[in-house]
Amino acid sequence: MTSIESTDVLIIGSGFGGAIPAYHLAAGGARVTVLERGPWLRGEEFDHDFLLGSSYTRIFDFVVGDGMSVLGGNCVGGGSVVYFATMPRAPRFVFERRGSIGRRMWPTSISRDALEPWYDRVAEALPITRQTWDKIPYAGGLFAAACQHAGRTANPAPSAVDVEMCTNCNWMMAGCRFDAKRSLLLNYLPAALAHGAEIRPLHEVQRISHNADGGYRVHYRIVDGEDYRILHDEGAIDAKLVIVAAGAGATPVILQRSEPELGTMPHAVGRYFSGNGERLNTAVFDEDRVRDVLGLSRPDGRAYEAYQIGRGPTVASWDRLDGSLPEFERYSLEQLYFPPGLGTILAQAPDASGPTWFGVDKKEMLRRWQSWLTIFIMSEDDNEGVFGAPPETGNAHRFSQQMLGHGPLSYRPTENTRRGWALADADIKDILERDGLSRVEPWTNDLVGAYTVHPLASCRIGDDPATSALDDRHELRGHPGIFVTDGSAVPGALTVNPAFTIAALAERAVPAIVRAAQERGVSVSYGAPSPDGSTSGRRAVLAR
Amino acid sequence: MRPNDSEHDPERTLVLEAFADTIIPGEKRFPGDRSVAGVSAGGGAVAAGAVELLENPAGGLAEGLDSLVFSLNDHAREYAVAHDLELDPTVPPFVALPFDHRTALVADLTGPDHPEKQMWVGLALFSNMAFDSAAHLRTSEALTAGHPGLLTIGYEQPQADGIWRFESFSYGRQLADLHPDTTATGSPA
Repeated sequence: MTSIESTDVLIIGSGFGGAIPAYHLAAGGARVTVLERGPWLRGEEFDHDFLLGSSYTRIFDFVVGDGMSVLGGNCVGGGSVVYFATMPRAPRFVFERRGSIGRRMWPTSISRDALEPWYDRVAEALPITRQTWDKIPYAGGLFAAACQHAGRTANPAPSAVDVEMCTNCNWMMAGCRFDAKRSLLLNYLPAALAHGAEIRPLHEVQRISHNADGGYRVHYRIVDGEDYRILHDEGAIDAKLVIVAAGAGATPVILQRSEPELGTMPHAVGRYFSGNGERLNTAVFDEDRVRDVLGLSRPDGRAYEAYQIGRGPTVASWDRLDGSLPEFERYSLEQLYFPPGLGTILAQAPDASGPTWFGVDKKEMLRRWQSWLTIFIMSEDDNEGVFGAPPETGNAHRFSQQMLGHGPLSYRPTENTRRGWALADADIKDILERDGLSRVEPWTNDLVGAYTVHPLASCRIGDDPATSALDDRHELRGHPGIFVTDGSAVPGALTVNPAFTIAALAERAVPAIVRAAQERGVSVSYGAPSPDGSTSGRRAVLAR
Repeated sequence: MRPNDSEHDPERTLVLEAFADTIIPGEKRFPGDRSVAGVSAGGGAVAAGAVELLENPAGGLAEGLDSLVFSLNDHAREYAVAHDLELDPTVPPFVALPFDHRTALVADLTGPDHPEKQMWVGLALFSNMAFDSAAHLRTSEALTAGHPGLLTIGYEQPQADGIWRFESFSYGRQLADLHPDTTATGSPA
């Protein structure tokens, strides 16, 4: 018989939604156990290598659904280990969005103003800093110059990268071996460990069940460290309180699978999924025009040819983040790098005479890869995603040893979503093709559907029980003592990179989780400083 | 790699090569190369090691390759009948298709409404990955060995320790006006 362990708070997932409460609860005196389905890698274990089985495929998950494919983290530290660390705050109008439900999507208690002190806490903890033009990589500079040429503005985006340590290697999706990217491995997680929290990698939670004392039992399987298709022993841990933070592609699946034992889930569990309105376009630049029209040249005389150099997205254009524009027509445009392999197959060759994503013309496009510039659209989609029946285990049928699987998410973009994408595509064309600078095409949605690196809203907060799974304290409706604090709690698309907002919401959720833990007899208090001991963020939120 | 170097059925290898060559075409490797159509200068997916990657069990396609090849040849036969083409019986049907017809068939199989789309997209994805990321090889070693895909895309060489660092990375100056509503923290308002 399997022995059952126990803890005060069991946290599923170690990304922003898991690491932040893990730290505060452990620092406040609770016994905290974090179960993470992925491996635990650090520092120089993050490879510069595309070889199957290197960190690039071990810590990163690509789940193909029906009409939507989701990329996410799969390791201790979650998305923070694989992300690009671009950290803008969500614009004010986002919190007033109504989507297609006829009422404000966000809880009344949350606005940009209300969230600012929580953003500040995260900014202090990681930290997040403004970026300066003198450290913007060539690709960001090229996008900025093209925006300026087209009469647009462009901003270096705030970032959680320490640019003094960064080598601009652009391997950050495989994890940062230089510790320049301020992932959770460098702040909240070590601080949680220092306060006694336990983190168990390769523990994939399958379901949650009730205990007679009002607590919960969390059931997991051990994932093979090399071939994730193989699951080993199972086990279970009892907890007084459970925090689900497995990511927006997995949290609703765990809850759905638990429904036979936990009882009916709120309607919004596994519905209203948003891909953050994401879409990509790739331009191939004419190097001579870059020099002649934009006046750009590198020290070695080349105009650009620097797609590979940098640290993901560094410059964004926010001209369409205008609250006076109609909903579904607002978006940001962000320069982006995406590595070869996954980052080239969907790009379409401009002016192709035959197929656009493969064949002769595509190969010619690939010859000019260093002259590519990829532009990331983050728009307002319509929360169209719905999760079907859960797979037998995990959140996907794993196809490859690592990284690639097929999941139950389906997504049919509405006219609203498609209108935003079409407007953004046209805008990008206008900016980047002006005066013969480049030729640009959107990525095809024909192969794997739409795609997102920022899955959101599949178990969201709100005031309306019919359209939100969580109340505004992130507690799962009808299931007291279960909280959800990851990207699935965000009500909808944010028009910018969401990690900072996910983290700020997780910070904001902690005081109520601490109170719930106290009510369940856990000896815990709220009020820890920032993971490095700084206290200005704590003073600001405690003053409220 | 010569087709008959494979431990597998040489006809199966020919078909996989012909598919990979349709995704990222290359030049013929030797006189009489049947699987590589030779419509593009320089190495393509085949020279880049597509078959080796497809046969790697870690990828997930290896166990299904026999049935994929069987099915692809079936589709090629049907295609030939529909388009009134006579196929050379000395090579597998898909290999016997001229390049433009291979292309048309692959476009159909990977089209949004094709019931088998997922598996053909998978085959295309791995063919592409062999070319532009050499996922069956250590990246730094692949570059040293002159991997045709990484060289074609112009992937930069790492430093001596096999790690990429770029000392020169920035134009070093402001290149656009900031959005007027930018906040003190650098975010949109």
